[in-house]
Amino acid sequence: MNKNVPVTSAAEAAAYVPQPGDFAFLGDRDINTDHNFASQGYWKGVIIHFFRNKRAVVGLIIVAAILVLAILGPVMNSYGYKDIVAYTNADGKQITAGSLSPRVPFLHKLFTGDDYADSFADRTFLFGTDALGRDLWTRTWQGARISLLIAFVTIIIDMIVGMSYGLISGFFGGKIDIVMQRIVEIFNSIPRLVIVSVLAIVMAKGIGLVIVALLLTEWIGMSKIARAEMLKIKEQEYVLASRTLGAGSFHIIFKQILPNTIGPIITQVMFSIPTAIFTEAFLSFVGVGIVLPQCSIGSLIEDGFNNITTLPYQILPPIVVLALLMLGFNFIGDGLREALAPKLEDM
Amino acid sequence: MSKYILKRIVMALVTLLIIIFLLFILVRIMPGNPFPSERMSDEQIANRRAEMGLDDPVLVQFFRYMKNLTKGDFGKGSSLYNGAPINTVMTTCVSNSFRIGGLAILFGTFVGLLLGICAALNRGRFLDGFCTVVSIIGVCVPSYVFLIFLQYFFSYKISFFPYFFQSSQFFFSSIIPAVSLSLLTLSTISRFTRNEMVEVMDSDYVRLAESKGMYGSTLVFRHVLRNALIPIVTVLAPLIVDLLTGALVVEKIYGINGIGKLMVDSIAGDGVDYNYVLALGILYSSLYIGIMLVVDILYGVLDPRIRVSAKGDA
Repeated sequence: MNKNVPVTSAAEAAAYVPQPGDFAFLGDRDINTDHNFASQGYWKGVIIHFFRNKRAVVGLIIVAAILVLAILGPVMNSYGYKDIVAYTNADGKQITAGSLSPRVPFLHKLFTGDDYADSFADRTFLFGTDALGRDLWTRTWQGARISLLIAFVTIIIDMIVGMSYGLISGFFGGKIDIVMQRIVEIFNSIPRLVIVSVLAIVMAKGIGLVIVALLLTEWIGMSKIARAEMLKIKEQEYVLASRTLGAGSFHIIFKQILPNTIGPIITQVMFSIPTAIFTEAFLSFVGVGIVLPQCSIGSLIEDGFNNITTLPYQILPPIVVLALLMLGFNFIGDGLREALAPKLEDM
Repeated sequence: MSKYILKRIVMALVTLLIIIFLLFILVRIMPGNPFPSERMSDEQIANRRAEMGLDDPVLVQFFRYMKNLTKGDFGKGSSLYNGAPINTVMTTCVSNSFRIGGLAILFGTFVGLLLGICAALNRGRFLDGFCTVVSIIGVCVPSYVFLIFLQYFFSYKISFFPYFFQSSQFFFSSIIPAVSLSLLTLSTISRFTRNEMVEVMDSDYVRLAESKGMYGSTLVFRHVLRNALIPIVTVLAPLIVDLLTGALVVEKIYGINGIGKLMVDSIAGDGVDYNYVLALGILYSSLYIGIMLVVDILYGVLDPRIRVSAKGDA
């Protein structure tokens, strides 16, 4: 309302009817933002840090590329991972495409000017075929699927079993903590291999056994990290405040403390994935993992090893994929660790 | 201090006892036939079961097993090696495995320390980059893959080393497996040594020592390395256990008659030999617990600060 409007009469002033233009919202007009020193959210900072780290980006690209190839690789050609490529010749004899080296017909023609001289001259096998005549390109990516499945399972195990166990043990403390930590110590003292071998007595060999073995061993590292974080945080004032306001233990643990421990937990997940993939490869190599004709990186390395003196190229694709996966996850883990706890920030 | 050590030893023994009990119960109550051979008649199997006391109650069996175990007797295998006494079989295997594992630990620690020290002293130069590359490769590639490559190139392409392990020329034929086993240790140790040394070299007391006029090897070995070593012991302990327990694929590939191969044989064949699984499980667990115990005590000796805090916790 404008004060400078001259008042003509008392009656007129008393009968003043509000006008639509009397008040106006300021909107964003007068809010000043300091763009030079804008505060960032925690996660925005983490993301910026992560993507500034060249190694971490390389790791991310490697894992993403393997993920895409694992999804698309097996369907990129017409061969299934357990199909034996063969054709029936004029005499009614089956001829399999066993043990072919990697071949791309048009490149071969380009460089040598000739076609391949055998019955599979027009077929493309990017990684060659194995001794039985199965396409190694398809099998390698099929195996990578298993490795990534293991990575996924590890995340679930770590996040659900390990994290809850550690958080609960650390939060309640006292006798509960002592008992729970003794259990961890006992589990930790049984070597992974012994657990697997006892499992091999009970269960059928296969991917299920690998997953159960990981389930029994993989949560321990995470539970230790989660417990340590919990011990650091649980004495803070906001926990006390929440408790005073009547929050239950589980609300405090999972709704209020968990978000504040998430950094070290994510880092630990990233570092436990390579171990899990290694374990699967190793179990499949030994012969208690994946069952034929299914394949995983480990069983492919074993196949390659069995034929290494005659067909040395066979062992390369699975080993390279395995090493790249390790490299990728390790780089991502390193990058996340630095991004989530930026103590080197001022350097 | 002695009270702390005693407490740790008692705790380790109790843990070991619980583990043995759990393993025993698990192995005994599992369904399945410990004698997978099809040539045996039902009567023969029944005889063997009675002979091995498998029909007694589980607890009775456990106490009998423990009684034999205190005498150092692991009993007999059920299917592997025609039921030969486990002790005889295991003695050879353990000695083979430990000798190769020991070689690998020595080689890995020595070369790793050397590489780490050189990298830290040449920070940012070629050797530093080389150390980083070696540590990345060591972490990303499993030891058996190294073994396969070494075997392919040095034993198959140029027949310099034997293709398989031969106990007649023990040292010569254990070079390839020991080197490939040591790569993870080597890379981890070199990376840790480098990082720790870089950190210690930036600290005030090293600067003080330098300003007093100390330089060269005295400074590096007496001041820098000694303080950098404590965290390295922490890393080394689980690696030693891994070398002794994780060697099994390497042993299988290189045909070494060791505990790893025995383990694979006892689970990966057609049947599972319960008694071997049990014996090897006990062996592995006690190794693991023993080494962890030694490390815990060693910390206290190396760094008095850790001892104090451990006492505070207990």
